[in-house]
Amino acid sequence: MAAHSLSPSLYRLLFAVKYASLHSRCCAVHKKAQYSTIYNPSEKTFEKILIANRGEIACRVIKTCKKMGIKTVAVHSDVDSSAVHAKMADEAVCVGPAPTSKSYLNMDAIMDAIRTTGAQAVHPGYGFLSENKEFAKRLAAEGVTFIGPDTHAIQAMGDKIESKLIAKAAKVNTIPGFDGVVKTAEEAVKIAQDIGYPVMIKASAGGGGKGMRIAWNDEETREGFRFSSQEAASSFGDDRLLIEKYIDNPRHIEIQVLADKHGNALWLNERECSIQRRNQKVVEEAPSTFLDSVTRQAMGEQAVQLAKAVQYSSAGTVEFLVDSKKNFYFLEMNTRLQVEHPITECITGLDLVEQMIRVAKGYRLQHKQEDIPINGWAIESRVYAEDPYKSFGLPSIGRLSQYHEPLNLSNVRVDSGIQEGSDISIYYDPMISKLVTYGATRSEALARMEDALDNYVIRGVTHNIPLLREIITHPRFISGDISTNFLPEVYPDGFKGHQLEADTRRELLASAAALYITAQLRSQRFLGELRVSSSPVECNHWELCVELGEQRHVLEITKSGNVYTVEVDGGEVEVSGQWDLASPLLPLTINSTHKMLQCLSRDASGNIVLQYLGTSFQVRVLSKLAAELNSYMPEKVPEDTSSILRSPMPGTMVAVSVKPGDTVAEGQEICVIEAMKMQNSLTAVKQAKVKSVHCKPGDTVGEGDLLVELE
Amino acid sequence: MASPAYSQISVQLPQTSLLRDSRWYSVSHLSVKERIDKKRKAALIGGGQKRIDAQHKRGKLTARERVELLLDPDSFVETDMFVEHRCSDFGMEQDRNKFPGDSVVTGRGRINGRLVYVFSQDFTVFGGSLSGAHAQKICKIMDQAMTVGAPVIGLNDSGGARIQEGVESLAGYADIFLRNVMASGVVPQISLIMGPCAGGAVYSPALTDFTFMVKDTSYLFITGPDVVKSVTNEDVTQEELGGAKTHTSVSGVAHHAFENDVEALLNLREFFNFLECHDPSDRLVPSLDTIVPFESTKAYDMLDIIQAIVDEREFFEIMPNYAKNIVVGFARMNGRTVGIVGNQPKVASGCLDINSSVKGARFVRFCDAFNIPIITFVDVPGFLPGTAQEYGGIIRHGAKLLFAFAEATVPKITIITRKAYGGAYDVMSSKHLRGDVNYAWPSAEVAVMGAKGAVQIIFRGKDNQAEAEAEYVEKFANPFPAAVRGFVDDIIEPSTTRRKICRDLDVLASKKQVNPWKKHANIPL
Repeated sequence: MAAHSLSPSLYRLLFAVKYASLHSRCCAVHKKAQYSTIYNPSEKTFEKILIANRGEIACRVIKTCKKMGIKTVAVHSDVDSSAVHAKMADEAVCVGPAPTSKSYLNMDAIMDAIRTTGAQAVHPGYGFLSENKEFAKRLAAEGVTFIGPDTHAIQAMGDKIESKLIAKAAKVNTIPGFDGVVKTAEEAVKIAQDIGYPVMIKASAGGGGKGMRIAWNDEETREGFRFSSQEAASSFGDDRLLIEKYIDNPRHIEIQVLADKHGNALWLNERECSIQRRNQKVVEEAPSTFLDSVTRQAMGEQAVQLAKAVQYSSAGTVEFLVDSKKNFYFLEMNTRLQVEHPITECITGLDLVEQMIRVAKGYRLQHKQEDIPINGWAIESRVYAEDPYKSFGLPSIGRLSQYHEPLNLSNVRVDSGIQEGSDISIYYDPMISKLVTYGATRSEALARMEDALDNYVIRGVTHNIPLLREIITHPRFISGDISTNFLPEVYPDGFKGHQLEADTRRELLASAAALYITAQLRSQRFLGELRVSSSPVECNHWELCVELGEQRHVLEITKSGNVYTVEVDGGEVEVSGQWDLASPLLPLTINSTHKMLQCLSRDASGNIVLQYLGTSFQVRVLSKLAAELNSYMPEKVPEDTSSILRSPMPGTMVAVSVKPGDTVAEGQEICVIEAMKMQNSLTAVKQAKVKSVHCKPGDTVGEGDLLVELE
Repeated sequence: MASPAYSQISVQLPQTSLLRDSRWYSVSHLSVKERIDKKRKAALIGGGQKRIDAQHKRGKLTARERVELLLDPDSFVETDMFVEHRCSDFGMEQDRNKFPGDSVVTGRGRINGRLVYVFSQDFTVFGGSLSGAHAQKICKIMDQAMTVGAPVIGLNDSGGARIQEGVESLAGYADIFLRNVMASGVVPQISLIMGPCAGGAVYSPALTDFTFMVKDTSYLFITGPDVVKSVTNEDVTQEELGGAKTHTSVSGVAHHAFENDVEALLNLREFFNFLECHDPSDRLVPSLDTIVPFESTKAYDMLDIIQAIVDEREFFEIMPNYAKNIVVGFARMNGRTVGIVGNQPKVASGCLDINSSVKGARFVRFCDAFNIPIITFVDVPGFLPGTAQEYGGIIRHGAKLLFAFAEATVPKITIITRKAYGGAYDVMSSKHLRGDVNYAWPSAEVAVMGAKGAVQIIFRGKDNQAEAEAEYVEKFANPFPAAVRGFVDDIIEPSTTRRKICRDLDVLASKKQVNPWKKHANIPL
């Protein structure tokens, strides 16, 4: 059975790969290469590298390999067999089924792939096996080079406690603190004074920020001591207290280091990654607005000291927390290529992947510390398939029915591993791409980021562009006044999308009305000709009703040539554009300013969904008559059938992927029914908790049978 | 040409000027003029303000409001505004029971410039019931539509026959039915059910090309819930018996349903609108290269393919909720209207069964009748097995789809995306049924059946089934067997499908093909 299902797949795979190569639109071609590295073709390097990763980072590594003339091997799971990284590589090997534990983390299968393809080195990307010392050991045992630091450094930096001890020994600033039994309040005050105010006091056993007290002076320390020691004893039965330096308005700033196997190490400046949600970075930039050259140098030097202390080689990142007084404290060291490495490449001109490969091959670093520049400014937005309106981003899945990266703009780099038609599945990270913009100054880079976000076409999955665009245009972000608490501070009630002002609201209404009229006028034509030669004088004045949210507006529109003059809410808006109804992008000139809108959908009932200033707005445009008659139409309460999943066809249950109490995401697979020898996946219509499951694998179900109830 | 309806002009003429300029008019002339104005005014308010308010309260628009919203502004030209019923029984002859125009508004107008004939039944006059005069008005505009070759739209909102008129009313229905039949295949006919439509009346929509409904406010049934209760003792509501949901998802009587009157009329305008646009005809669609899953048992959405290929992703689906294993509807390719038929792997694996065969056949015949090219996307594992299907007459009904594709003489382009198994391969606009251009994607498998079944027959009782299966797959589960015989013209990259279809349609625009002369064919009904 298995044999028979495999061979037609392979057969088609060959076909697809063949054709894909003919029209390879998958790999992003940079208008302007953002690392100025000159690849030296005479420098001997590896002949073949296997990339033990997927998605954008696999593509990123393959790109550099191609430039260096190195053959590449991709590994992929079965669902990824037509993924971009698998098609881009010279060879692709399937290493198992979709779940990562069975494919991308499957060391046996990957070792097999290395043996069969004869790869001399492995680039692990980030995540998966990149910081797995076991994997590095197994590679070493077979004489395959691991492109990364050696196992000693991975191990040393992988352990939180050990890494702090090493850092302390290497004279790297660590967060001063005390963890142990404190007998009296005065003892607590003494500790606090040693550390220096402000300090944080809590029970050691309490997780996270639970029961945390912040003290700015001796009195508050005494109070905090009483409170915390009581709680420690009563809640946890564990007397130990943690007194630690409290970092107010902490910023997350990290230093990129690069070291070779000959004891040389460089720091490649910093990246500021303070904009985070649930400890995941969202927007990063390099350099940081906050560091002065003295602090930068101090941080860089400490990072290099740490790297040297563990005989680090390859690229690595030393993460620091920086307080409002520019005191910085070591957090941890990541012994791999970071997700946000492109911004460092932009400002230094170095290709970090190339450097990693060179170092792994045993070469010395080509650069000296004084060769490392800060050229301009780079911003990275992580574009995720996520609903930003739910806790700043809950994963969404689906098929990218339309997808265009804004590569028509200069100084834009998009690192992605997907293309139009790709599936964003539940198995892997929901990141769509890393959108990087570059400019001579920060404001240039920010302006370009706005353009790039407006020009980015993503259809088929919910994405976080609304949030990204709001962040990079927020006054606090622009002024550089940020911390890791930025999102909860700026949006205490959650993110609600762009809030329209009176003028932007008018612009949106006018654009929707103009689009509606364009479509109406187009309908009167057939293959370029007016359908009725004797039609009455072409209309050039309209009165329309436009609904946006709860409000209704009456618009008066006059058309002259390609320009619509719209009177709305006592103001006048002039809209003109090329009006290409087939294009998802809607480049308009509104009151002589260029704006890029996107038309997400348009239907016969007058509903138009426009993306404007990053956020999508639904409007309804009706002629005056239709609006008048529409007032007679009854309001309908939509029937809620989303809580019940019934079998759409008779068949056999192959798999049930949920159990009562599980939380399913919208679009997540609930069960699979086999009918007509075909597997049909049934998915959740909304995000909900599973109430009850009425079927099990192997059951025969009829059409309309109740399968699963959601809450 | 479209001058404003003369009715409105004359109503607005100031009386004084008439008096001054027409001194020589006799008294009787004057009274005629007054009577004309009076009648016109009466006609415009139908059954009166009270009944109009009641109509609005039900969430429905009046017959005239509907016509106004459906047609281009000022394009409606009304006919037979003065026609009144001729019944003299049961007090119907009294003046208060006479309404100028009777219970239907008829005329012609334009939708985005395109000529249409329209009748709109007026529920405010005798519940929209059909009198002899009412039927005569409808017949008149249908005859005119036939003469000039314009489509007919019926907006149905009628309680049924005018019982007072008895057999005259029945005769009226038959007159309309005959015209529906005569016009079938000559001009497109569309029915939009916007209220009740019961008894014999239902057969007029049934004879037209498309029947659309309004959710919650329209019903179609032969007999209402009361009669059902008395005859079969079933308890059923109007909505369950003949509402929009029933007819669009269970019975297949209606082709589409809309939220309310306004949306229905706006969408009907859109339906008439399958016109030009500027989507480049040579656009590549890279997403199609990866849409068909490698595992032949895995489903995908045929709508994804259709939307990606057609102009502006606009696809007007017909019967989206009925027999979902086949997808039919209209779209445009490079500005020209095409009919699209596709198996839907997502539903029942895209197999052909009774309902999907009938749905497909009727659509194909509509396209053929009105010279709309047909593009067929094939991923079909075969006909659905089972007693329900055999007893239901899958042989007879499946033959309809076969018949329809075979007799169609419009340009026919077929794309096999994956499976084309067994008899269903032949049926789905194959080369053998005069397909003009037949393409296969690299993922296509044209074979008598899937590997497992075939091997069980060919190698019955042998041990090396797995090996034999692999051999079968190698030989047959790919596009080559069909391609080497010329049964598909080419194996194409999915991303180039749109470009290829657009070019083929250009060439096929001048296609001429004639079936042998016959009185009419004998499609297996």
